[in-house]
Amino acid sequence: MIIAKKKPIEEIIGEVENFDRILILGCNECVTVCEAGGKKEVEILASALRMNFMAQGREKTIDERTLERQCDHEYLEEIRADIDKYDAIVSLACGVGVQFAAEKYLTMPLLPGVNTVCLGANEDRGLWTERCQACGSCILARTGGICPVSRCAKRVMNGPCGGSTNGKCEISKDVDCAWQLIVDRLKALDKMEDYEKVAPIKDWSTDRAGGPRKVTREDVKI
Amino acid sequence: MSALNTHSRLEKILKAGHLGVTSECGPPRGSDAEEVKKKGLLIKDYVDAVNVTDNQTAMTRMSSLAACIHLKLLGIEPVLQMVTRDRNRIALQSDILGAASFDIPNMLCLSGDHQSFGDCKSGQNVHDLDSMQLVQTVRYMRDEGKFLGGDAIKRPPKIFVGAAANPFADPFEIRVPRLAKKIACGAEFIQTQCIYNIDKFKEWIKRAADRGLTEKTFIMAGMTPMKSVGMAKYMKNKVPGMDVPDEIIARLAGVPKDKQAEEGVNICVEHIQELKEIKGVSGFHIMAIEWEEKVPEIIQRAGLYPRPQV
Repeated sequence: MIIAKKKPIEEIIGEVENFDRILILGCNECVTVCEAGGKKEVEILASALRMNFMAQGREKTIDERTLERQCDHEYLEEIRADIDKYDAIVSLACGVGVQFAAEKYLTMPLLPGVNTVCLGANEDRGLWTERCQACGSCILARTGGICPVSRCAKRVMNGPCGGSTNGKCEISKDVDCAWQLIVDRLKALDKMEDYEKVAPIKDWSTDRAGGPRKVTREDVKI
Repeated sequence: MSALNTHSRLEKILKAGHLGVTSECGPPRGSDAEEVKKKGLLIKDYVDAVNVTDNQTAMTRMSSLAACIHLKLLGIEPVLQMVTRDRNRIALQSDILGAASFDIPNMLCLSGDHQSFGDCKSGQNVHDLDSMQLVQTVRYMRDEGKFLGGDAIKRPPKIFVGAAANPFADPFEIRVPRLAKKIACGAEFIQTQCIYNIDKFKEWIKRAADRGLTEKTFIMAGMTPMKSVGMAKYMKNKVPGMDVPDEIIARLAGVPKDKQAEEGVNICVEHIQELKEIKGVSGFHIMAIEWEEKVPEIIQRAGLYPRPQV
């Protein structure tokens, strides 16, 4: 899923300072699961903003709403009837949801309430870690199911680099060396002979480097 | 390994069966070329070639290529170090041609320390290729006379291609397979990480020799003299992938502070003398970090001087 992190409240206060009627808009998908932008976080943010402005003696309307998804026309349409009630929307969806809402409501200021961090997994209670960078050309079959693009700080295709120590990355003792994990997996799979196959130079044109990406499926078009 | 592929003196010396000797110069953090020239001239007659580092530890410095040119103009043979951290395949190929235009005959292909170690922690890193793929790229440009895109190169680069190896990094069991991969990619010489754990190094090179790898590439053992016990402790605890045994630290700590540098040089000379006898060691890469003036003494005392004329 997409992992996001709440923006600091001071940053959000700064962004909404000049608006009087604000909608805090949550999303029921990934950001709910990673506890950054679901119904609960919408309530917390709305309360914090209300208290902040009340303490300053300023009257503002701060409403709450959480949609099933913000990356989907169908659900974003649900707020159309009420859109004129607001001067700005703080979206707690990922960057996709914020932009999709902005494209739909052309004259409405759309402010992000979270920082979108990565594609990751919920590794433990309160811990989300990156697993994929959506490079558009998956090589996991060759690397024991561990991704060097997203998990190696140098995205080394033929690793590990010389900085791997005790299974950790040179950038931090808190970061696993992706290539140690790959070697461990290849050993567990009894496929260490695969380690010596040289990974070819990667075609990054399916990655960010190739420009904005899209998937077109004629078979599912209406 | 007899036919020469380039005009590199280092290649000639290694292929003639002599022990090769290289050292290194770090370019300055400014535009004054005199600094790098001075370092180069200190060691000129004692080494076969001089590595010029490429923004080592991710600190921004004068470009490796420019510093190589300064050395080359003084009659010193450079080894251009190139990291994949800062340049994509367009820039790498372009700089390879630039180097070849000055007849810089050697290159060492590296991934480079992560930028978080340096002075641009908030910068991007590139890593379009990795270090092995950079070795492949140089070999392809030289041997096939083509760009990665397939077009022909007018006057392909004649460059003797090297890679680094760290016999001490983890996991140890893939250290030799990793060397095999670098050789398969086309690494003609290898310069190793600084060696302090002699037993572990011997084990590594024995395993490499058992696989026939020492017949396929020239392994130059990396040597860095310790200036003090403080430096030894720093290397042990702070430098990624470095293996400094406690005996080395105890030996430096066992002499008065003003004698530690001398003891560090003694250790270095002893290590070279010991490794000279080891099968598969083709030479030495002496990295006296900001201590280039000690290189002539080490090389003389280790019996590696005068350098053979080829």
